[in-house]
Amino acid sequence: MTPYLASLAGGMILGLSAALLLVVNGRIAGISGIVGRLLGGQQIAPNIAFVVGLLAGPMLYTTAFGRPPVVTIVASTPLILVSGLLVGVGARMGSGCTSGHGILGIARFSKRSLAATATFLTSGIVAATIMGLLR
Amino acid sequence: MSRHALLRLLVALLVGTIFGFGLALSGMMNPARIAGFLDVASGRWDPSLMFVLGGAVIVAVPGVLLQRKMAKPVLDARFHLPEKTGIDARLVIGSAIFGIGWGLAGFCPGPALSALTTGLATVALFVCAMAAGMILQDRALQKVLP
Repeated sequence: MTPYLASLAGGMILGLSAALLLVVNGRIAGISGIVGRLLGGQQIAPNIAFVVGLLAGPMLYTTAFGRPPVVTIVASTPLILVSGLLVGVGARMGSGCTSGHGILGIARFSKRSLAATATFLTSGIVAATIMGLLR
Repeated sequence: MSRHALLRLLVALLVGTIFGFGLALSGMMNPARIAGFLDVASGRWDPSLMFVLGGAVIVAVPGVLLQRKMAKPVLDARFHLPEKTGIDARLVIGSAIFGIGWGLAGFCPGPALSALTTGLATVALFVCAMAAGMILQDRALQKVLP
């Protein structure tokens, strides 16, 4: 499968799961929301179930394709720590991340999510491009 | 636990699994791919991840249109949707901070959790830092910056 086709198919599967959670459970498939609520002690059981699924998914992929998904780390350990902190603070402060705002927010034609997605794509491009120039 | 609550739990597990599979297939779990997509000055820009967002939105829109015709979700008494509608400083500043973190190491929350399955210590470190950031925001910063 070409990277383009795999990305398109993977994206469609993400969209399908977001639609399912919305229609069946009435909830937004936003990962930072799910993890944030879990850390805050809210709706523990369904949120743990979803996170367990997030781990089971790649294992299913590994079984189906006979190899695990490629994960190539690009940042040094100190940068990983800084980046993790920024992702955690920013996603909660901005009420969402690539999933809640990027997928479902845009699909719901939410102005907030459109603004959030445009903002994090822009700052992400700036940060990654600077990192690329420094590398 | 009521029958509906138990079913919601199973649906959360199932949807999480499909979501994790989609992340693995899409390339979003690979920080090198994220860097190739977000780094526009590298001379070998990789636009393929645009197809992830495009594919996801194309499939999610019919789900949203269906949801708008429903009085309540299949397994719950009401929908639990965001209530805020205005664009405020928290949304923009938070999203900007999130994007910087995403661009620095190429991980966002879902893919980072899914990438724990690789057993790489670096991924576990990222997830711990991310959890610390979420707790810091929700328990401290939230009160300082209302």
